Amino acid sequence: MRQVSSWDQALLQAALIDSFRKLDPRTMVRNPVMFVVLVGSALTTLLWVRELLLTAAPAAGFSGHVTLWLWFTVLFANFAEALAEGRGKAQAAALRGLRQETQARRLVDGREQRVSASTLRKGDLVVAEAGDVIPGDGEVVEGIASVDESAVTGESAPVIRESGGDRSAVTGGTRVLSDRIVIRIGANPGESFLDRMIGLVEGASRQKTPNEIALSVLLAGMTIVFLVACVTLVPFGRYSGVALSTTVVVALLVCLIPTTIGALLSAIGIAGMDRLIRHNVVPTSGRAVEAAGDVDTILLDKTGTITLGSRMASAFVPAPGVTAEQLADAAQLASLADETPEGRSIVVLAKERHGLRGRDLAGIDAQFVPFSAQTRMSGCDIGTRVVRKGAAEAVFRHVSALGGRVPPEVEQQAAQIAMSGGTPLAVSDGARVLGVVHLKDVVKGGLRERFARLRAMGLRTVMITGDNPLTAAAIAAEAGVDDFLAEATPEMKLALIRAEQARGKLVAMTGDGTNDAPALAQADVAIAMNTGTAAAKEAGNMVDLDSNPTKLLEVIEVGKQLLMTRGCLTTFSIANDVAKYFAILPALFVAVYPEIAPLDVMGLHSAQSAILSAVIFNALVIVALIPLALRGVEYRPLGAEALLRRALLVYGLGGLVTPFVGIKLIDLALVQLGLA
Amino acid sequence: MIASELKVAARMTVVTLALTGLAYPLAVTALCQALFPWRAAGSVIDVAGRVVGSELIGQRFTRPEYFHGRPSAAGAGYDATASGGSNLGPTSAKLRERIAADQARLVAANPQAPGPVPAELLLASASGLDPHVRPEAAAWQVPRVAAARGVPSTVVQALVVRAVEPRTFGFLGEPRVNVLKLNLALDAALGARSRATAGSRLSAER
Amino acid sequence: MTVLGWIQALVFFAVIMALTPPLGGFLQRVMEGERHVLLRPLGFLERLVLRLAGVDPAEQSWPRYATALLGFSGLSLLVTFVMQRVQHLLPLNPQSLGAVEALSAFDTAVSFTTNTNWQGYAGETTMSYLTQMAGLAWQNFVSAAAGLAVAMALARGLTRPASGAGPATIGNFWLDLTRATVYVLLPISLVVALAFASRGVIQNFSPSLQLTTLEGETQVLAMGPAASQEAIKQLGTNGGGFFNANAAHPFENPDPLTNLLSMLLIFAIPAALTFTFGRMAKSPRQGWALFAAMSVLFFAGLTVAYGAEAHDHPLARVAGAAPGAGHLEGKETRFGVAGSALYAVVTTDASCGAVNAMHDSFSPLGGLALLANIQLGEVIFGGVGAGLYGMLVMVVLAVFIAGLMVGRTPEYLGKKIEARDVKLAMLYTLVVPLAILVPAAWSAVAPHGLASLNNAGPHGLGEILYAYTSAAGNNGSAFAGLDANTPWYNLTLALAMLAGRFLMIVPVLALAGSFAAKKAAPPGPGTLPTDGALFVVLLLGVIVIVGALTFFPVLSLGPIVEHFLVGAGQVF
Repeated sequence: MRQVSSWDQALLQAALIDSFRKLDPRTMVRNPVMFVVLVGSALTTLLWVRELLLTAAPAAGFSGHVTLWLWFTVLFANFAEALAEGRGKAQAAALRGLRQETQARRLVDGREQRVSASTLRKGDLVVAEAGDVIPGDGEVVEGIASVDESAVTGESAPVIRESGGDRSAVTGGTRVLSDRIVIRIGANPGESFLDRMIGLVEGASRQKTPNEIALSVLLAGMTIVFLVACVTLVPFGRYSGVALSTTVVVALLVCLIPTTIGALLSAIGIAGMDRLIRHNVVPTSGRAVEAAGDVDTILLDKTGTITLGSRMASAFVPAPGVTAEQLADAAQLASLADETPEGRSIVVLAKERHGLRGRDLAGIDAQFVPFSAQTRMSGCDIGTRVVRKGAAEAVFRHVSALGGRVPPEVEQQAAQIAMSGGTPLAVSDGARVLGVVHLKDVVKGGLRERFARLRAMGLRTVMITGDNPLTAAAIAAEAGVDDFLAEATPEMKLALIRAEQARGKLVAMTGDGTNDAPALAQADVAIAMNTGTAAAKEAGNMVDLDSNPTKLLEVIEVGKQLLMTRGCLTTFSIANDVAKYFAILPALFVAVYPEIAPLDVMGLHSAQSAILSAVIFNALVIVALIPLALRGVEYRPLGAEALLRRALLVYGLGGLVTPFVGIKLIDLALVQLGLA
Repeated sequence: MIASELKVAARMTVVTLALTGLAYPLAVTALCQALFPWRAAGSVIDVAGRVVGSELIGQRFTRPEYFHGRPSAAGAGYDATASGGSNLGPTSAKLRERIAADQARLVAANPQAPGPVPAELLLASASGLDPHVRPEAAAWQVPRVAAARGVPSTVVQALVVRAVEPRTFGFLGEPRVNVLKLNLALDAALGARSRATAGSRLSAER
Repeated sequence: MTVLGWIQALVFFAVIMALTPPLGGFLQRVMEGERHVLLRPLGFLERLVLRLAGVDPAEQSWPRYATALLGFSGLSLLVTFVMQRVQHLLPLNPQSLGAVEALSAFDTAVSFTTNTNWQGYAGETTMSYLTQMAGLAWQNFVSAAAGLAVAMALARGLTRPASGAGPATIGNFWLDLTRATVYVLLPISLVVALAFASRGVIQNFSPSLQLTTLEGETQVLAMGPAASQEAIKQLGTNGGGFFNANAAHPFENPDPLTNLLSMLLIFAIPAALTFTFGRMAKSPRQGWALFAAMSVLFFAGLTVAYGAEAHDHPLARVAGAAPGAGHLEGKETRFGVAGSALYAVVTTDASCGAVNAMHDSFSPLGGLALLANIQLGEVIFGGVGAGLYGMLVMVVLAVFIAGLMVGRTPEYLGKKIEARDVKLAMLYTLVVPLAILVPAAWSAVAPHGLASLNNAGPHGLGEILYAYTSAAGNNGSAFAGLDANTPWYNLTLALAMLAGRFLMIVPVLALAGSFAAKKAAPPGPGTLPTDGALFVVLLLGVIVIVGALTFFPVLSLGPIVEHFLVGAGQVF
């Protein structure tokens, strides 16, 4: 997907305009903290205007400045939100471009009609040939084609889409590069995947996530507490002979209520979604993103996720009386024309181990015999010489049928290889078994480290495989997963998820096949591969456009980051208040009680400059934290306790200290500028 | 739901009231009367068949031949039906005046006293019925009492030393002197000769 | 401060710590209906009470539990009110005291029902013996038992695995009330009352004793059944004194030993409940973590209060008194500064409100420590039950914030903290600031508020603030110079007490119900441990910051300013 810089000129401009548009009280009331600031700003504005009109010689500088900065506080908050939304909108606009002016070739009773793509209904059949843009989401019902999905996924290599099986789903807006396919449209206008994605990235269909709601409640509660504390300070002040003007009380209130987090809360949520989309994962709801941070157990398919998806030859185990070289030679012969990864790996191994160069089959007058489901063997016939390789039992049967004898040592070795998690591939020449080739699953590089990282985060990884338990255990140990489910059926997968959930765990998984759909629907975080079936995408709550199953890790980190950013800024916001008290209160009371001077640790210039400095600091800190809100706080794969200690030090202690410095500096600047 | 719970609530009110509000205190009273009748009745002190006070409750002493307790905010002073403190804080002008007045009066009444006035003789107790003073405050009054009784200070001082109650177990509370018991001991040791000088009560006391 | 003073405090604390596991374990067995040592000797009493009251012992959902509690509290409030109004018609009134004035009676009934025991009246001249025992001592039992019940309900909600079928239940209020009374409060009180009486706490039904003092004056000694009430007033963290001077009165608290025993009684159940909770959570460390947080705050308060009171009284010093006596205005000689400061901290920490010294006369910083103890939400051991549930609500908030900071939906004991729980916890948290600040602010400017002041200047503001703090915190102690027996204060303080009790209990029970319905997930390395030092630090941070931010402005106009004024020698 096209990456949009957050500091793009046009984007900033649009956000600036939006921040004024968002002053509408009907919008603002959804954010209680900032709504209080808005009301306060309006109030001080009125007082300021009254002061200007009614006072003979208005000394309105202070009220004016406070009022101005209160408005800035509101605007900065709106700006943060607008900027976050703007980035999403820019991406949405790029997506929307895909959808425009697409013509569809609808099939009606076998005849083609040219219609606009936007009129297509669910169930319509359309034809797409090389060069056509696929007019809508759907399923290939006929044919096979290579499709350029780079517009949606950003991946330039074309992908194969064919009818039936797990690669039948196509996305509207992508382009057919070769061949011809017939597509059954799967969504009505406005409901397509693209539409949903646009809605999401624009923030239009954004709903507050559960933790965001909980945090909003907390912030609203704190706002009420401070409202009471500030308003009651007026009578308490009157008792003590301290006259507090409304402007001062509003300023104090705005400084104390958690404006920092209140201002950035929605921006953090939008930006979290946005970060996920930058990883080319599209969530169908914000709730799913948040849930990703909570995942306890991850189910990973072995094939394609943990292993490379194919087995590799790792050793030649000759039969008694056969040299390894003879075996390698025969195995290579049988594999020369075999384009499967297993076949290629045998050729390569023979070359590496025994210096056997690949030969041209035609050159040696050999006839390739391809693999078939019946024989479960492949090989070549050179004249009358019949060289075969294949599943051990199949080859043994083949040899026996030819009147040969299978040495018990070979059978034993085959069994041993199977026990160790490998696959024995027997090789025969005529009626003679030459030995077995040890095929091994190859675990993807770097996975061990990633799983260790997950473990440090407190997540448990479970490998799902159709292999027998022995094979599964060997691979599990090699890959470094915590557990495995062997000989898994879709029902077992579903049962495993349910069992984990019954223990209170949140389960994440990836899937692509239709038979994954029930498990995807059951899992708390389910990432469907974009190459997968429509059923899988429908059942999942996220779609990975890159179809990279290890993406789960990033998704989980984004989810955690989202929560952490909120938590850390909340802590920072509240910790700030301590310094604000020390800045403002002594300054307010020192006129009546000069004895309180020792409490005035900050030594600000005057009561007015103390208040103004605190208000300015409060507003500026919002702006200063916008990048952090959009980027998210740095995530480290540490245990919860270590993370908390770090966060408390940086945002708790930092939040205590920063404003002491900031307010003092602003106060000095105000004095320099003659504003205090 | 509400009606049925309210019915239980009403019955529970009666049952618990009978158990904890009547049976319990009556049982405690019966046991106390049997086990510690003197304590339960107020730890009163008889002198020759006459109740002169409770050893736990302070009394007002104004005559020079008796040791004096602390200022009392209970009623007009040591009124055991109106216990309580002054409740004056350290920024109270009223308290400053009271302390200054007491200070002046005490200094005048104790010309031979060693050193400045012990603080608790200027500071009212919490109950207004505090039966004690610190040993320092008793020692400070010895010259006056001895002079009023016409005995050497050492005799009175010895009685004070004997009257000192130490900390419980050596660390609980403070060492103290029970003023009433000390004064009774004084009378017992030196006779109620003071009665003759009753007329010399310091007029400034009231 | 003296070494002996600190030894006294440390011995006190060591005894509390030693008592916590056995008493906590006992409470757990009693309240969860398991076998325990008093089951055989006192089982008959439990069965008798339940049968006479017609209790259905089935588990209750939280609304039903709350209905039972509110119904019972409402009725008992009414009974206490009526009893005061008709005491002149009832027996055990040897002084022939008249009916208590209506608003005062209402205030007192509310005060005792809410476990506050704020006293606008002087006990010895207002309440008949019957009112004292059947009205007030009875409330001391049942209001404490009700508090304990609520704490158990919340603990059950947090520690029980979800029941699965049917609505989630949190126990049975009537069983909890009865068991707490019969097996815990009653037997301990009985034993302690005798111990008190053996040291000189009076227990009789005699009329006042008139005597002639050594100097020939008449002294009238108030009498009555004090020991039985004294025991439960401390054990139940009620604090309502038999006499006006409360536990400063020598008939209530005759010597340092009864003083120590009183303090032990005040902290015993609240401290033990942390262990009870740990037992229920099947993780004693969870309980000890709460205990640790409470202890830190206890010692912080004690250090400030004792440190402040150990200084000589500024006005005595100015007058030229001998130095070294400490801040003795409003303190008893037998307890001294150390015993009074410790008691004051214990009683304000534990929402008890019994006093052995007059808080109004404390030094500004000493008074500030006491105010802060209550304003932190009565969670430093706190009232019987109330301390635990208050602390658990703070834990919920702390876990929520911590959970966000580590990037995980927050969970406590495996139960997720969701929006509804945060909402309930915030409702709970809002009550105290509202109930304190709003009426206090009103009183600080209204003539009917100011007329009751005993001190002027910042200390007067402290008196008003302390009154509502004590009421909303259900503490009951006072800056007693304030004449609170006026229509304005009787009414507003009663409202503050009701809010501080029932507006907090209902969200707590709702929270209990909410948690009871949640599945508990086993902890993993990604879950934040809530039994370690770091969490205790965070919990303390949340408690202190929330409390400080709320009350710092008004405190700075009250005791904080006062502290500087004392230094400058200013009086009002």
